[in-house]
Amino acid sequence: MKKPVILMTVLMAFLLVMAIGSPVLGADTIKIGVIGPMNFLQGKGHWNGALMAQDEINAAGGVQVGDKKMKIELVKADSNEFLSMTDATNAMELLLTREKVNYVVGGFRTEAVLAMQDIAMDYKTIFLGCGAATKEICDRVGQDYDRYKYWFRITPFNNLFLAKTSFIHLATVGGIMRKAVGIEKPRVAIVGEKQAWVEAMVAASETNIPKLGLEVAGVWRPSQTATDVTAELSAIQRADAHIIFTIFSATVGVTFAKQIGELKIPVAQVGINVEAQKDGFMEATGGMGNYVMTMNTYARGVEYNELTKPFVEGYIKRFGEVPTYTADTHAAILMLAESIKRAGSLDGDKIVPVLEKWDEKGTTGQFKFDQNHDPVWGPGYLTSLGVQWQEGKLVGVWPNKWKAAPEAPEITYKGIVPYKLPPWFIEKYKK
Amino acid sequence: MIYDIILTTLINGSTWALLAIGFSLIFGVARIVNIAHTAFYMVAAYCIFYGTYRLGVHPGLAVLMAIVLVMVLGLICYKLFIEPIREHEAAVLIATIALALVFQELVLLIFTGDFRTVPALIAGYLEISGVKIAYQQLLTIAAAGVILAGVWTFLAKTRLGLAIRATAQDREVANLMGMNEARVAMLTLVISVALAALTGAVVLPLSVLNPHMWMGPLIMMMAVVVLGGLGSMKGSFVGAYLLALSEALVVFLIPKGAFLRESVALSIMILVLLLRPEGLFGVAFEEER
Repeated sequence: MKKPVILMTVLMAFLLVMAIGSPVLGADTIKIGVIGPMNFLQGKGHWNGALMAQDEINAAGGVQVGDKKMKIELVKADSNEFLSMTDATNAMELLLTREKVNYVVGGFRTEAVLAMQDIAMDYKTIFLGCGAATKEICDRVGQDYDRYKYWFRITPFNNLFLAKTSFIHLATVGGIMRKAVGIEKPRVAIVGEKQAWVEAMVAASETNIPKLGLEVAGVWRPSQTATDVTAELSAIQRADAHIIFTIFSATVGVTFAKQIGELKIPVAQVGINVEAQKDGFMEATGGMGNYVMTMNTYARGVEYNELTKPFVEGYIKRFGEVPTYTADTHAAILMLAESIKRAGSLDGDKIVPVLEKWDEKGTTGQFKFDQNHDPVWGPGYLTSLGVQWQEGKLVGVWPNKWKAAPEAPEITYKGIVPYKLPPWFIEKYKK
Repeated sequence: MIYDIILTTLINGSTWALLAIGFSLIFGVARIVNIAHTAFYMVAAYCIFYGTYRLGVHPGLAVLMAIVLVMVLGLICYKLFIEPIREHEAAVLIATIALALVFQELVLLIFTGDFRTVPALIAGYLEISGVKIAYQQLLTIAAAGVILAGVWTFLAKTRLGLAIRATAQDREVANLMGMNEARVAMLTLVISVALAALTGAVVLPLSVLNPHMWMGPLIMMMAVVVLGGLGSMKGSFVGAYLLALSEALVVFLIPKGAFLRESVALSIMILVLLLRPEGLFGVAFEEER
C-alpha cells in the first residue's frame, strides 16, 4: 500500500520541479528566449538564426563570463502575433516568469512588439528586436531612457530608412524605365497594407515620389490579409500606373504578385514585399512572382563583406533556404555573447553600455546603434539590398553603381546583377 | 468605373453566393449552424494543392478528389460530432467552431503556415475595355450561375430535393410522412460541404492558401446569410451581390480606405437588420415554413 504512495509522491515532486523550472541545472547556461510567430516563415527565421548562433558559440566552448565559460540555451516561444496579440504578450510573460530567460531576441509585428517590449522592460530584460520596423519602438528609448534602455533593434532599420531606401529603388527603376521605353514621368500607384509600420511610409511616399521625377497615380490600402485584390488591380489599371510601389509584410504581398503575374498587368513592382524575400515565394504565387523587386537583407551569391558568404551558405546548407531578415537573430545573439564577454557579467545594466558603443562589422555591413538604439543606416553602415525575382530565382539588383551623394563613391556589392523590366511591360510601352 | 464596379461585384458576389448557399441549405433543412463550412472549403483547397503539386495529378482530377474527400470528411464529422448533439443548436454551433479549429491546426501541422496556391482551371485572361480579367474570374461567375441552377433543379425536380424541402418546411411532419429526417439532414450536410469544396475549386485559384483562410470568408458568408434571411437561399443570393457591391464601391470610390470594405459591408448588414430584423427575405421564408 505504501509503495504507490511513495511513487506518487516522487512523481508529483518530479512534476513540480519540471513545472517550476530547474534553476540548478540551468545555472551554467545563458538562457535566451527566441520569440516570434513560429508557425510562419518569419518565426522560423528567428529560430533558425538563433540556432546557428547557439551552435557556433557552444562549439567554441561557450561565452566567457568573467572567469567561467557559459553555454547558450535557447527557449522557443511562439508569439502567434499575426493572429493574436494576447498570445504574443502571454508568450513574453512566460519567457520571463516561467522560463526565467536572461535575454530575449525576436518579435515581428510592431503592434505586438510594442506590447512585448513593455513587458521585457518591466523585468529590465534586454530585448533585441529582429523584425519590427516602426521608428516609434526605438523612439521610446529616447523618450524614457531609464525604462527602455534594455531595448535594441538589430533588424531591419527603421521604417523611415526603409522608405528612404525604397525611394532610391523606385528612382532607380524609374530611371531604367525612362531609358528603356522613354516614359518621361512614370506614374506610381502606392499600395500599402493597413498596418502601423506602413502609415509613415505612405505619407512619406505621397510627399517624396513627385520629388523623384515620378507622378503619384493614387494610393490603395488593402487589408494585410486580403486574399483577393482584383478590385484594387482593376482600379490601378484604370489609373494608368507604370509602377506599383508595394509596402507589404503579410499575405497580401503574395496575392498581389500572383494576380498581377497571372494577368500580366504591365507594371513594375518595386518596394517592400516581405513575402517576396522568401525562397517559397515562387511556390506561393504559383510561379507568378517573376520581376517583383523588394528590399531584402540577403540573397544567394551577394556579399556585403567577407562575413556574409559563410553565414548565408551555412544557413542554406543547414536549412535549405536563403535566410530572411528575421534570421538576424544570429547576429543578435553573437553580438549579445560578445557584449557579455566584454562586460564580464550577465547583468543587463552592464551590457547596455557595451551595446551602445558597438561599432563592428557584421554579416550585413558595419553595425552601430544611434542614440535611440536603432541601427545606423547609410553607405559604410547598413544599406540592405534590392532583390528581384528573375526567371524563378531571387537575385540581387541593388546597389548597382549607387552613389549616395554626387561626390560619394559608387557602391556595388559583389554578386549584383542588372534589374529587368517585365517583358510584357516593355512590349506594351516600347515605341 | 461603373463597368469595373459591376464586374467586381459579379466576381466577388458569386464567391459569397456559392459559399452562403451551401451554408443556408444545411441551416434551412436541419437547423445546423455549420461554422466549419468555410473550413471545409479550406480543406478542399489544400487537397487540391496536395493533389496537383505533391501527387502531380491533373488539376481537374484533384478537384474531383477534393470534393469526394471533403464529402466523406463531412459525413464522418456529421456522424461523430453533430448527430449526437443535433437537438441542441447552441452545442452544434460550438462543436462546429471546434471542428473548424481542429481542421486549421491539422492543416497547419501538415502544410505549415507557408502560403500556397492552386492552379487556375483555365489559365489566361481577357482584356475588356483596357482592364484585364482572368478567365478564372469569369469561370467563377459562370460556375455560380450553373451551381445555383443545379441546386435549384435538384431541390425542385428530384425526390431527394422534395424530401429536403419537406424537411425544411416541417421536420416533424416530414418524419410522420415516412421520411427519414435524420438521413435527409445527413445528406444535406454532405451536399452542403460538397458545395463548399466546389466553391473552393472555382474560387481558390484566384486566391492564396493558408490555414487561417477560412476565417475571412466565414465572416462575409455569415453576413450574407444574415442579411438575406437565415435559411433563405434566395436571400443568400441577393445578399451576396449586395455586399459585394458595397465592397466594390469602397475600393473604387475610397481607394485609401480599401481595407474598410468588409467593415462597410458588415455595417450595411447591421443597418438592414435594424430596419428589418429577419433579414431581406426572412419573412417570406418563415411563411413558406
